[in-house]
Amino acid sequence: MIAIRNLSHRIGGAPILTDVTLDLPKDGITAIIGPNGAGKSTLMGLMARLLPIQEGKVEVDGLCVTRTRTDLLAKRLAIVTQRVGVASRLRVGDLVGFGRWPHHHGRPRPEDHEAVERALEAFDLVELRDRFLDELSGGQNQRAFIAMGLAQETDWLLLDEPLNNLDMYHARALMARIHALSRAGGRSVVMVVHDINYAAAWADHVVALKDGRLADQGAPRDVLTAPKLSELFGMEIGVEEINGRPTVLHHA
Amino acid sequence: MPDKRLLALGAALLAACAFFLFWGLKGPTGFILELRATKLAALLLVGAAVGISTVVFQTVTGNRILTPSIMGFDSLFLLVQSLMVLTMGSLGYAMADGPAKFLLDTALMMAASLALFSLLMGRGRGDLHRMILVGVIFGLFFRSMTAFVLRLIDPSEFAVVQQVMFASFGAVDTTQLAMAAALFVPVFAAIWKLAPALDIVALGRDSAIGLGLRHDRLSTVLLLLVAALVAVSTALVGPVSFLGLLVAALAHQLMQTPRHVLLLPAAALISGLVLVIGQGVFERILGLQSTLAVIIEFFGGLLFLYLVLGGRRR
Repeated sequence: MIAIRNLSHRIGGAPILTDVTLDLPKDGITAIIGPNGAGKSTLMGLMARLLPIQEGKVEVDGLCVTRTRTDLLAKRLAIVTQRVGVASRLRVGDLVGFGRWPHHHGRPRPEDHEAVERALEAFDLVELRDRFLDELSGGQNQRAFIAMGLAQETDWLLLDEPLNNLDMYHARALMARIHALSRAGGRSVVMVVHDINYAAAWADHVVALKDGRLADQGAPRDVLTAPKLSELFGMEIGVEEINGRPTVLHHA
Repeated sequence: MPDKRLLALGAALLAACAFFLFWGLKGPTGFILELRATKLAALLLVGAAVGISTVVFQTVTGNRILTPSIMGFDSLFLLVQSLMVLTMGSLGYAMADGPAKFLLDTALMMAASLALFSLLMGRGRGDLHRMILVGVIFGLFFRSMTAFVLRLIDPSEFAVVQQVMFASFGAVDTTQLAMAAALFVPVFAAIWKLAPALDIVALGRDSAIGLGLRHDRLSTVLLLLVAALVAVSTALVGPVSFLGLLVAALAHQLMQTPRHVLLLPAAALISGLVLVIGQGVFERILGLQSTLAVIIEFFGGLLFLYLVLGGRRR
């Protein structure tokens, strides 16, 4: 469980998050939704110690994020962000290999190579392993970075907008892979999602943020209702049930 | 097993050193060899320092175009020198030349470079346009300050400053060389120990922290080490603006790897090779001294333009 207690964050005086208290359940996929500027990525960054916590507390499976050694946390929690500035010219295989750093600190052992193989296979990257990152399409790039997070073999996998820039074919394929990981792989996945229907179709738990505050949380069926979503995004949104899943009609 | 490309570079460097030492050896052999050996040591030491510091700097700041010198570092060096001449007079400046001045130069340059580098960190990291702008503006600022100070000093004293305006491997003081070596060895060792972590730093701040690296602290340590290397080599031979850029680009091109365990030695070897061959050809064959810096600046400058205008931006 990731326990978030009274978390507040300000950037240059402007409140980004205000008094968020929340438990993210272990196992399954948790989707964080909300309008732009709701503080989703900031929440993610605070959970993964990318940003210093100003007020409040975050515990990952009982480990306080600020006080636990960062290299120990790296064995519990992996994060893949969308802002990546890679200085080296990297091959896919090298990138995924770096996911093993928390375990070997520069001296890869046989089990590290096996973990990299598994991650490459899980994301269909075996044939691309010798390609350079700058020769890949956006979707392949995204997959490579998530595979790096996977190779880290942590209980928690945090993904900041993994579906960004993906067409529907690749978005669905990626979600299916992440879903499989959360089931067979035993990973707990937390992800920021923009397209609500992906949350509706794949998430086990939905957290809704608005203006830096927790708006709602619970099972998709309970959170993704027409009145709640209309309120959350400030526009008229219809929700229909199709094949037993809520389907959000937000485009017209 | 050592990398084949590194072995080839090492062999080439050995050959270049032999050429530098023994080509056209006439007259009092012992005396000339000693002179040449000192020069060779300076070339190798400065080469390694410039190559390694540039690769580390580019990894930490997350870009492939800027180097400490392009950030206005050499203009700062000139400014400090001309200020010294202004305050102490050319006689005082010439008298002060020695270990004390060398240490003072180094300390001043280290402090200044840290201030300069800290501008690159923080929120602007990875913002290439901002970094180039900062570098160009500071370079310009230091240069015009230097020009201003040069107006104030005597024409005869101007000649003294002019001597340090181009890198010179011609007159290297052996005491300074020994001091530089004593400083370089622990710095090289520290960087070598951090080489695997540098691979992770190159992934960017978020990924590095996610993988459990204490990124911010490590970056500061690395920039400190870079500052030490750059300061000492500048104090030793003067500014070589584009050598670092040239060497780092060649090292990345040759090795095609993200692993700094390979990149760092490659950069050091290539840098030594460029300097030793360049200086050797100029001194022994063309008979022209102290113009190596000009040639390096010329090709380095062309490469810089290529990288900015046409090449890859990272």
